[in-house]
Amino acid sequence: MVKEIEKAGFTVVQMANLIPVAKTVGANRMVPTISIPYPLGDPSTSKEEQWELRYHRVGVALDALTTEIEEQKVFDVEI
Amino acid sequence: MKKAVVYLNQFFGQIGGEDVADHAPEIREEKVGAAMLYNQLLDAEVTHTVICGDNFMGSRTEEAVETILDFLKDVDFDIFFAGPAFQAGRYGMACGEIGKAVKEEFDVPVISSMNIENPGVEVFKKDIYIFPGGHSAAKMRDDVKKITDFGNKILNGEKLLPAEKEGYYKRGIRHQYFLEDETPAYERAIDMLLKKINGEEFESELPIPELDLVEIAPAIEDLSKTTIALVTSGGIVPVDNPDKIQSASATRWGKYDISAMDKLDNREDLAFKTIHAGYDPAAADADPNVVVPVDAMRKYEKEGRIGKLHDYFYSTVGTGTTQKEAARMGKEIAQELQDANVQAVILTST
Repeated sequence: MVKEIEKAGFTVVQMANLIPVAKTVGANRMVPTISIPYPLGDPSTSKEEQWELRYHRVGVALDALTTEIEEQKVFDVEI
Repeated sequence: MKKAVVYLNQFFGQIGGEDVADHAPEIREEKVGAAMLYNQLLDAEVTHTVICGDNFMGSRTEEAVETILDFLKDVDFDIFFAGPAFQAGRYGMACGEIGKAVKEEFDVPVISSMNIENPGVEVFKKDIYIFPGGHSAAKMRDDVKKITDFGNKILNGEKLLPAEKEGYYKRGIRHQYFLEDETPAYERAIDMLLKKINGEEFESELPIPELDLVEIAPAIEDLSKTTIALVTSGGIVPVDNPDKIQSASATRWGKYDISAMDKLDNREDLAFKTIHAGYDPAAADADPNVVVPVDAMRKYEKEGRIGKLHDYFYSTVGTGTTQKEAARMGKEIAQELQDANVQAVILTST
């Protein structure tokens, strides 16, 4: 899906836990998430922690959209 | 007698389903589940079964691999099997990760089985032997038979033939060997050239792997003037699943209006839930924003960092979904986005 969307000319960032799969499939801009069942908020942590993590990682995804890249790139996250 | 170790996920290792996909790695000095079938078919004894939850291996790969290599340090074994993983993507990736590590650490043959649609095939076929397998556990017996037959050949020191003959996915490793009919290279090359000149089909002996990468889209210059859409393969839908998107092997997708929402309300509020059959739905049902981050996007919209969050999000289920169907759905969604003047996309996958 990510490839077809990019082929159509959209700048797209994929947020995924299995980064090796995203790479193999051919995503160009990638941001890691924390797990498969809860990519952006661990239910064993507080609501505030979940929100901070999600707000941060979506922010990294927005940065990725504004970054020119030459090849496939996984963007670093801090939390 | 030679000895074998088998790697299984939480399901085939009889721990349980998606709710225990976080199960930490363990090793048992016995034959668990599918390991019994291996033991019947192998010219070796399966002495240990390693079991690890697919999500544990997927999310904490390094820790899982280290733990398992540590378990195996004191185990004496001649061959290692992982799977079969069928079309289960996370399981396939797990078999590949651990298989590759075991191969590197202990230098024993490692064999697995996966369906061609399993992403583990592309990622790991160069590292370990992977045989084509069925879509689901209904093919367990056939798939295990295939890989144990090959395993027995290795254990018995029989001559191994190239990938096409043995049946595993090509690893892209070149071996030097003599053809049975001993046709020399110059004759084969001339034959190929003549065929090419005559417009006939011929098979190269040096196939170049195809890389299907998409041209990188340019960076967005000014996010504050950009409309961004959320797309997901995580199966988030309104609780009544109005588009009847399938829980696995999806062929349908849906678009859902979020223009009046600051966040996605959950299943309990009769708003959104996940129908994805490939992961434990508890967290996504309790808070769908962990899969489709509408709340965070709204905040960035209010702060003026992005121009606008697109009025709809797009959803399908990415488990067991063939690449062909995924590509078609991707194209259809892209067309919608174009018509709606969206400029950028955040795609979340589970």
